[in-house]
Amino acid sequence: MDAVLLSRVQFALTASFHFIYPPLSMGLGLMLVVIGLMYVRTKDPKWRRLSFFWVKVYALVFAVGVASGVVQEFEFGTNWAEYSRFVGNVFGSLLAAEGVFAFFLEGGFLGLMIFGGNRLGPRMWLLATFLVVFGAHFSALWIMMANSWMQTPAGYEIATTPPPVRAVMTDFWQTVFTPSFIPRLLHVWVASWTMGSALLLSVGAWYLLKKRHAEMAKSMVALALPFFVVFAFLNVTLSGSEQAREVVGNQPIKLASMEGLWQSQSCAPAYVVGWVDEAARTTTGISVPCLLSLLAFWDPNATVSGLDSFGAEPIPPVNLVFQAYHAMVGLGFLFVVIALVALLMFFWRRRLYASRWMLWVLVVTVFLATAATIAGWWTAEIGRQPWIVYNVLETAKAGSPVVGATDVLLSLVMFIALYAILFVLFLFLLNAKIQAGPEPLETVETASVSSLPDTFRDIFRRQPRAG
Amino acid sequence: MNVTLSDIWFVLFVVIIGGYLILDGFDMGVGILHIPFAHSDGERRVLLNSIGPVWDGNEVWLILGGGVLFAAFPLVYASLFSGFYVAMMLVLLVMILRTVAIEFRSKRQSPRWRTGWDVVFALSSAGLALLLGVAFGNVLKGVTLDADGNIRMSLIDLLGPIPLLVGVTTVAMFAMHGSIYLSMKTDEALNARIRVWLPRLMAAFFVLNTLLIAALVVFHPSITDRYAQNPWLVAFPAAALAAILGAWYLLRTGHQFWAFVASSAMLFLLLVSAAAGVFPNLLISTVDAANNLTIYNAASADGTLTVMLIIALIGMPFALLYTAGVYYFFRGKVVVEPTGY
Ligand code: HDD
Ligand code: HEM
Ligand code: HEM
Repeated sequence: MDAVLLSRVQFALTASFHFIYPPLSMGLGLMLVVIGLMYVRTKDPKWRRLSFFWVKVYALVFAVGVASGVVQEFEFGTNWAEYSRFVGNVFGSLLAAEGVFAFFLEGGFLGLMIFGGNRLGPRMWLLATFLVVFGAHFSALWIMMANSWMQTPAGYEIATTPPPVRAVMTDFWQTVFTPSFIPRLLHVWVASWTMGSALLLSVGAWYLLKKRHAEMAKSMVALALPFFVVFAFLNVTLSGSEQAREVVGNQPIKLASMEGLWQSQSCAPAYVVGWVDEAARTTTGISVPCLLSLLAFWDPNATVSGLDSFGAEPIPPVNLVFQAYHAMVGLGFLFVVIALVALLMFFWRRRLYASRWMLWVLVVTVFLATAATIAGWWTAEIGRQPWIVYNVLETAKAGSPVVGATDVLLSLVMFIALYAILFVLFLFLLNAKIQAGPEPLETVETASVSSLPDTFRDIFRRQPRAG
Repeated sequence: MNVTLSDIWFVLFVVIIGGYLILDGFDMGVGILHIPFAHSDGERRVLLNSIGPVWDGNEVWLILGGGVLFAAFPLVYASLFSGFYVAMMLVLLVMILRTVAIEFRSKRQSPRWRTGWDVVFALSSAGLALLLGVAFGNVLKGVTLDADGNIRMSLIDLLGPIPLLVGVTTVAMFAMHGSIYLSMKTDEALNARIRVWLPRLMAAFFVLNTLLIAALVVFHPSITDRYAQNPWLVAFPAAALAAILGAWYLLRTGHQFWAFVASSAMLFLLLVSAAAGVFPNLLISTVDAANNLTIYNAASADGTLTVMLIIALIGMPFALLYTAGVYYFFRGKVVVEPTGY
């Protein structure tokens, strides 16, 4: 095996692992802001109890997100040295901007958010929480900008002297607002919110099944359900369809791979399930006629270009892209069904709280949402192969010349072992937190709410704590 | 002398790495020594909570350093990180372990669970300091950089005597710096214990650092050459010496906060002294001086450097503002709460 192939496997593993946590921080963070707002408005202590509970979960998610994020930042240099030399001018500045603008915001206020319950009044605690969550979304903005530049590069020229060959920024705004950036950013945000609201639903449903913390559980479900319904619909409508149309316009080969479309045709079908035979260049399965043309061009008779129409241009591993894409889309529609059923059962005299099978469905939803997100990434990243910077730099030429296959194999084994352990520990601790449930306020609160500083003036006039 | 964008970015890069040394340096130091310092779980929690609200923000300085190196000097980022591949993977390993150790330990009551993570936290903190020091030592002494900008060195090649000495000195330096920080954040028995350790740690660091400087002068005259050409540069190491003596004096007279400031200044001045010694090189080739990567031949185009400068000018004041705000908010002695670590 060569070093580049192993590096690809390693990158796919580490990025997929990293991407479990940031979307959870964004989504759960949004829910925390909503919970905080509920408390500030109603002063009902149950919301405060929920804040204390979910902030602890947030800290856990965040820590694993940070630990795996650092790996991502350094991996470009270690495993993709030629890539780094080539893109440093453009891509590097976006990563650096992420650090300046987003990570300081998150890292700075995280302490206030985690320790804030007993040190800040409700409004100031909410502000700290909001700033952390805002930082997480801001971080996604820069990283999506960087990744979108790799998918649809713009605003650069290739410079050859002095060597090495590299991309040089010619227009900052064009490199920032590449054609795919906005739809992809919105899609990632909505996907993250889906995961966050699903997490609250899942945990609430679990408590209802186990007949624990029933009041808390009902509040969680009732709070998260409307959000989940909206996000599930957004996934498949505005957010998902715009994303697909963006790919139609910018990466037609990827689109043809996603649907396994070999010959160009008008009224092109979209598959519900299927299998691509790459040797025979055929796709079989259950399909809906004309749906692809309709989705891609808003016109059932439009012609969609098939893979055979691109001549000698290289194509990605079609079946893998096809399956990843269909997993995401299938799950996306499943979420709509789950959302609708749950909503009906909720309004139908709160049947939802007593229906065991439906509660079980809700429990697994958060895992499915995570799987859909990862499948989406696999579609995006594998679908652009063999390019690392689309149509500009090939993945095969982007590796590190000095790094041998043995070295990468060793680090890959290290990451597999380390991430497996981390993942098990993460689930174990998350489960322990969830089993323990929201603690009564008396055990977590050390100061009465009214004595805490709740304006900027209070904070800066505060005397240093004694002892 | 014309100041170019490359010069500005070199200075900013040094400032960012300096920020990292000062901030993550003290929490690494707390990590290195928390086992001998704390004699009970309560005391251990005081130590961990002294860095609890700030460690994540501190680590961001390194991430920013990586990002700035990538953006401003991409050729160095690529050569250094791929050339030190195995060492870098070890750095990532210890960084991950450090991050999860502090977060995971408090999540269970069991003493065995807690002790286990405490050991992981101590070893990974020491390991990170050592590895960063070794890497920095190699940058100081030069690497086998070829004409294509590639470094072919195995892990064993990186473990030369001077880099190892830099590594050990870094561990001692952070241990000392972290203890000064703790002398400010703790009280009672814990504080008394730390104060007993402080003079020993300072002496150990002082001896190691003197040895290191002597070794560099004897074996790597390229650095001394720069000082010989520009004698005024001696002001930096001299100021560093003044700062460490100042820290010692301030500790003896009971001004922990100012001692910490002096210790921070010393860390920064040592870095500046080293940077002045290698300037304008970022990576020195031991094969052929023509292969050196300098801040001029490894820099990004002026357009990128300008955009980055604008980004830094907009963003860094905010970053400094909230960093300062958070430290101000958590000032004073540590109070352990049920919601903490
Ligand atoms: C909860 C998660 C989730 C759900 C339900 C969906 N997606 Fe998605 N999708 C993502 C989460 C995601 C993602 C992880 O966020 C991706 C990966 C890269 C990206 O920009 O967003 C993505 C990528 C992605 C891509 C590839 C983009 C590219 O190559 O740049 C397309 C075409 C779609 N999505 C389209 C859809 C459609 C038509 C959906 C509904 C039927 C859908 N997605 C539901
Ligand atoms: C800014 C964000 C990202 C960037 C810049 C990026 C960049 C890269 C790079 C450099 C590679 C290796 C070369 C290649 O095979 O194309 C890669 C591969 C891959 N990445 Fe990403 N990635 C990003 C985000 C993600 C995320 C979040 C995921 C998953 C959740 C992901 C999934 C993958 C996969 C599955 C591959 C393997 C594709 C293959 O080798 O066939 N990427 N990406
Ligand atoms: C593959 C490229 C990526 C790189 C280089 C990268 C880098 C990093 C780094 C260094 C951290 C730690 C920050 C800290 O210490 O606070 C981090 C965390 C984070 N990353 Fe990534 N990341 C990548 C992919 C992504 C993607 C695709 C997203 C979102 C769409 C994302 C969103 C976040 C967020 C929100 C955090 C904060 C930690 C958390 O909330 O769990 N990252 N990332």
